[in-house]
Amino acid sequence: MDVLCVENLHAGYGPIEVLKGISLVVRQGEIVTIIGANGAGKTTTLMCISGIVRAREGSIVFQGRQIENLPAHQVVRLGICQSPEGRKIFPRLTVQENLEMGGYAVASPAAVKSGIERAFELFPILKDRRNQAGGTLSGGEQQMLAVARAMMGQPKLLLLDEPSLGLAPLIVVKIFEAIRKLNAEGIAVLLVEQNARMALKLAHRGYVMETGSIVMSDKAEVLLNDQRVKDAYLGK
Amino acid sequence: MSATEQFIQQLIFGLSNGMIIALIALGYSMVYGIVDLINFAHGDLFMLGTFLALTLVGLVLGLLGVNPQHITPLATFLGILVMLVVCPPFCAGLNWSIDRLAYRRLRNAPKLAPLVAAIGVSFILMNLGQFWGGLPMDVFGQGKAAAAPKNFPDLVPATNLLTKIGLTSNIRFTWKDLMVWSVTLPLLVLLTVVVKFTRLGKAMRATAQNPVAARLMGIDTERVIGSTFLIGGGLAGFASVIYSLYNNTIYFQLGYRSGMDAFTAAVLGGIGNLPGAALGGIVIGLVRAMSDQYVATIWTNTIVFGILVLILVFRPSGLLGARAREKV
Repeated sequence: MDVLCVENLHAGYGPIEVLKGISLVVRQGEIVTIIGANGAGKTTTLMCISGIVRAREGSIVFQGRQIENLPAHQVVRLGICQSPEGRKIFPRLTVQENLEMGGYAVASPAAVKSGIERAFELFPILKDRRNQAGGTLSGGEQQMLAVARAMMGQPKLLLLDEPSLGLAPLIVVKIFEAIRKLNAEGIAVLLVEQNARMALKLAHRGYVMETGSIVMSDKAEVLLNDQRVKDAYLGK
Repeated sequence: MSATEQFIQQLIFGLSNGMIIALIALGYSMVYGIVDLINFAHGDLFMLGTFLALTLVGLVLGLLGVNPQHITPLATFLGILVMLVVCPPFCAGLNWSIDRLAYRRLRNAPKLAPLVAAIGVSFILMNLGQFWGGLPMDVFGQGKAAAAPKNFPDLVPATNLLTKIGLTSNIRFTWKDLMVWSVTLPLLVLLTVVVKFTRLGKAMRATAQNPVAARLMGIDTERVIGSTFLIGGGLAGFASVIYSLYNNTIYFQLGYRSGMDAFTAAVLGGIGNLPGAALGGIVIGLVRAMSDQYVATIWTNTIVFGILVLILVFRPSGLLGARAREKV
């Protein structure tokens, strides 16, 4: 079953068209990755799904419901949560408060509380830092907080934008392990990454994006062994 | 009166006036914190609050058949009650409406656009005040001179409470001071609690710190911004009531005058920082009182705006502004 189905999506900023009619699907239980160079439109795709960037054309269907151009705060309530590019932690809220904000759309306080406990289980370091301001955390800790915060909204689909950016390899492994764990619990994941090798190793399927269009899509292991992908995105 | 007594007296004046400035400054700071806008109409909103307050007092006195020169306790009680019930919601609603009608449309425009809009709204409100002051009511002098300062009936007596409790001192701490303190301090505590601990308060801080992330968390940021205008306007409404009762004179340019003081206070404390705005208000109140006494009244504005210039040059983030360093 398709959790998310994007069809012929166009979007942009002012006169610049960033997405030139992209289509993709995320199925139940999948990790799907979009890889591509800087400026290919990966972040715009996620922001469009989340309702931050307006869709100019095309459709986004989530669990059978049209959601393109739904206000962002309503998209979250349907079960799409995002850990955005650059983490966007609330710098002067504590770790605990950042997590509470992640659960803003969740009606029951008890669910928010247990969500925070789960977040601390997933990333124990956050528990030690719970009363510290978000802005004082290290980059890796902020990234963990960003993922944990997105999880607080009880997503059915988790959007992750560059969770490995600027992090030490050891921490990247930790975060990717956490993503795998969340996926094993049944959460579908759409992962945008520049670290294509790691992303493709983690994902079930992948899309390759170039200047606003999807140019290739296949099973992750097929893309991992594809000569063109190897040349363009995986290095030697 | 000894020199020490004089000093303590100015301290009391300064604190009382400073608390009023603080209430207005909070409105500037809250709005700036959440939409990066210096809402130049905020002072004029406060001014309209004072005109509404005077109108209400006029109505109450008229209904009771009380002469403004001979206020009865019942008139005092009813007058204050009606003002405190009506003025804050009026200013809150007006502030919310201004945002909805003018600023919200310009949310994604370059920052200069809403700023110019705010100056425009300021002129509109000031002219409304001038028109209001021309209404044919007794309290407005039958509208004979719309722009003239209006006498605000002395509902709260200036009886010295210190002599009442047996202190034979030259220092005066009156019912008026007590009224200002007992309205302002609970409001400051309440605001702190709301901003620090409630769901709305946390959403306000989140929206101020990163609006896109706030939307991604499911926060309806437009609603949160609207609530911020409501709260800021409400505080200006309370300020308008206690200012009128404390100072007994209002005029249509009052918003500009008090607004500049409050704006300076907000910048002094670190604009966007709420404890800073409250502190800045009290500091400006004290500076004004001390300057009036020990320098000369005509220099007071120069000193206050001199402080504004110094702050902007040497510490643009204000007294409490740069506390939390942000890691990018």
